[in-house]
Amino acid sequence: MMASLVDLGHEAWIVDPAESPLVESLGERPPELCWLALHGKEGEDGTVQRLLDLLGLRYTGTAAFDCEIAFDKVLAKDALARAGVPTPRWVVVEGWALRDLGAGAALGEVVGRVGLPCVVKPSRSGSALGVGFVDRAADLPQAVMAALSYSGAAVVEAKVEGRELAAGLAGETLEALPLVEITPKSGAYDYAARYTAGATEYFCPARVDDGTAATVSQLARRVAEALGLRDLTRVDLIVDDRDRPWVLEVNVSPGMTETSLVPMAAQAAGMALTDLCDVILRAALARP
Amino acid sequence: MAEFSIDRFVDRYAERTAGMSASEVRALFAVASRPEVVSLAGGMPFVERLPAQDVMEVAAEVMRDARGTALQYGGGQGQLALRERLTMLMAEEGVDADPDDVVVTTGAQQALDLLGKIFIDPGDTVAVEAPSYVGALTAFAAYQPRFLTLETDEDGMIVEQLEQAIVRGERPTFVYTVPNFGNPAGVTMSRDRREHLVRLCRESGIPIVEDNPYGLLRFDGEPLRCLRSLDPHNVIYLGTVSKTFSPGVRVGWVLADPSVVQRIVLAKEAADLCGSNLTMLITERWFSGEERWRAALADLVATYRSRRDAMLSAIDEHFPEAATWTRPEGGFYVWVSLPEWFDTTAMLAAAVERRVAYVPGSAFYPDDRGRDRMRLAFCYPTEERITEGIARLGSLLADEEQLYRSLSGS
Repeated sequence: MMASLVDLGHEAWIVDPAESPLVESLGERPPELCWLALHGKEGEDGTVQRLLDLLGLRYTGTAAFDCEIAFDKVLAKDALARAGVPTPRWVVVEGWALRDLGAGAALGEVVGRVGLPCVVKPSRSGSALGVGFVDRAADLPQAVMAALSYSGAAVVEAKVEGRELAAGLAGETLEALPLVEITPKSGAYDYAARYTAGATEYFCPARVDDGTAATVSQLARRVAEALGLRDLTRVDLIVDDRDRPWVLEVNVSPGMTETSLVPMAAQAAGMALTDLCDVILRAALARP
Repeated sequence: MAEFSIDRFVDRYAERTAGMSASEVRALFAVASRPEVVSLAGGMPFVERLPAQDVMEVAAEVMRDARGTALQYGGGQGQLALRERLTMLMAEEGVDADPDDVVVTTGAQQALDLLGKIFIDPGDTVAVEAPSYVGALTAFAAYQPRFLTLETDEDGMIVEQLEQAIVRGERPTFVYTVPNFGNPAGVTMSRDRREHLVRLCRESGIPIVEDNPYGLLRFDGEPLRCLRSLDPHNVIYLGTVSKTFSPGVRVGWVLADPSVVQRIVLAKEAADLCGSNLTMLITERWFSGEERWRAALADLVATYRSRRDAMLSAIDEHFPEAATWTRPEGGFYVWVSLPEWFDTTAMLAAAVERRVAYVPGSAFYPDDRGRDRMRLAFCYPTEERITEGIARLGSLLADEEQLYRSLSGS
C-alpha cells in the first residue's frame, strides 16, 4: 500500500500507534490526509476516527459515528433491519442483564425466536473472534459465555446455509467490485479458517449467476448507503439455496495487501492495487 | 491484527503443515504483552536476576581467549569442553554420563524435533502425558504421529494406563515425559511410578524420552532419581541450561546411546550444520566457575520459591471453591482445574480485558480436552504483580460463575 501511494506521486510515511503515541507522531509531522490501515477494535470502532476529528485531520474511510455503528453488531443489525436490508433473525443477549436482571431465565426464548442452528457473536469484535456455532439448545449458554468474554453483549443469529460472499465497494460512488466467494474447508468460517493457510478456498468472481451477482452488489451498495460507509468497505453476505442474499456484517477497514480479498476483487475487475488506492484517495480528498 | 489473505501456495504445502493452524490465543497474546497486563502466561526465566557483571565478564573472556573458535563453525555434536561441563551438571542430579554420548542442541526444543525426525514415521504412535508440554506436541506433530495420551494426577503420569495400553496391543515408538515439575501441570512423578515406568518400558522394548528442564529448580522436598539413572540404556535424556542459566544461549542437549547420538548428530547437521560456538563457549565458561553458577542458581531458586508461595497464597485467598490446583515443589507452573463448563480459551479475552493473562489448558492436549484448565506461570512477574494478577483472575472466575448460573438457571 505504501508503495502504491508513493507510485502515485504522494509523500507517504507510516505512523504505527503500537510503536509510538499517535497524537505525538501526527503533531511532529502533520499529514494532509491519514490513510487508515488499522484493523481490529480501535481501528474500526470509531476511536481513531474520533481522535483524528479532534485533531482536525482528514482520513480515508468511514466517519467516526458510522464506524461505531457498523462495528457494533447490536447497532448495525438494527440499522440494517430499519433500512429494509435482509439480515438473519437475531436476538441480543446483554451481559449485565444476565448478571443483574436474571435474563438467563429468558434464554429459552432466544432459541424459540432464532431457531437452530444458530451463530453466537460478540457485539464488538473483529476477525470472528469469540464466534460460536450452536446446534443444540444445551450448548447455547457456553457459546453466549464465550461471546460475552469478548464483548458486553452477544448477538444470537439464525444460521443461514449457503454461499458466503464478500462484496467490496470502493471510491467516491462506492462502485461494486466483483464478488469473492469464500469456502472454508471445515465448514465454518471461523478464526482458524481465516488465518490458517489453506483452510479456506476463495473464488473470484464468485460462482453465482449474473442476476444473483447483480442483486448482491446492489444490496451491498444499499447497505453502504444505510450505514453511511465511505471510500472502501466490504459487506459480507450469504446467498441461501433459494438465491436470496442475507447481509451478515460489514467491515469498514478491509485488508489492503495484494492478497487480501478486496484488492483481489479489484484485480479481477482489471484494477491494480495502485489504481484501487488512487480511487480511495480521490474519494477521501474530495471531501472538504 | 493482520487481515486474512488469499494464499497462492495453498495447494503446494506439505501435508504435515495441515495441523499448523492459527489460533485465537495467539491473537490475544499480542494484547497480553502490554505492560499493564499481568502475564501469568509465558514461562520466561527471570534472567534479570543473573549477576550482570559476571555474565559480561564471561562473554568478554570468551571473546578474548577463544575468539577464533567462537566466531567459527563447529562440529555437529557441539564443543567437547561444553559436553564435559554438561556431564558435570547431570551428575548434580545423579545422572552418570560420558561426554561422547552427549549432543548439544539448539535448546532442548531442537532435541525434540530431531528425535521426532529420527524416530517417528507418519502414523506411528507416540505416548505422551495429558497434559503435556505444548512444544513437544507441536515438534512431534510435524512428523504426523498418532498420540496416545496418558492421564496424570498429583504423582505424575498414571503408568497403569500405559500398561493397559500395552496389554491392548499398543506399541508406542517412545514415551515422552517431563517427570520433574512438568510443564504445564507442575506435578512430579513419584518414586514408585518412576520405577514402574522404567520396568514396564524395558520389558516392552519401548524407549523413554525423559525431558528434564526444571530438575535443578527444586524448592522443597527430596529430589527423586532421574529415569535415566534408573535405566541408562532405555532412556533418552534431554537437558537444557535455559532454566539454570539462560534461554538466550539456546543450549540444550541429548544424552543417549551411541547409535542414537550418531543419528541425532547427522540430523542436526542436516538441520543447521552446528550450534553456535559463541554461546556454547559462553555457557561452558559460565559453568566453569563453580561458585558463580551455584550462587546464581541458588538465588534463582530462592526467587522462584517465593514467587510460587505468593501465587499459591493468592490463589488460596481469591479463587472460588469449585477450582482445584496443583502445589508444585519446583519449576515454573501451577495448573488449575475448573468446573467442566468453563472455557478458558474464550475466557482469555475477558481476562486480558481485566489485565491478566494465562495459557488456556487446551493447548496442552493433542485432542479436544483441557478447555476447563489453565496454566499459571509464577517465574517472571514479581510477587506483588502475581498477587494482583491472581486477584484479578479470581474476581473474573467469580463473575463467570455468576454468569453461568444465570444462563443455566442453576
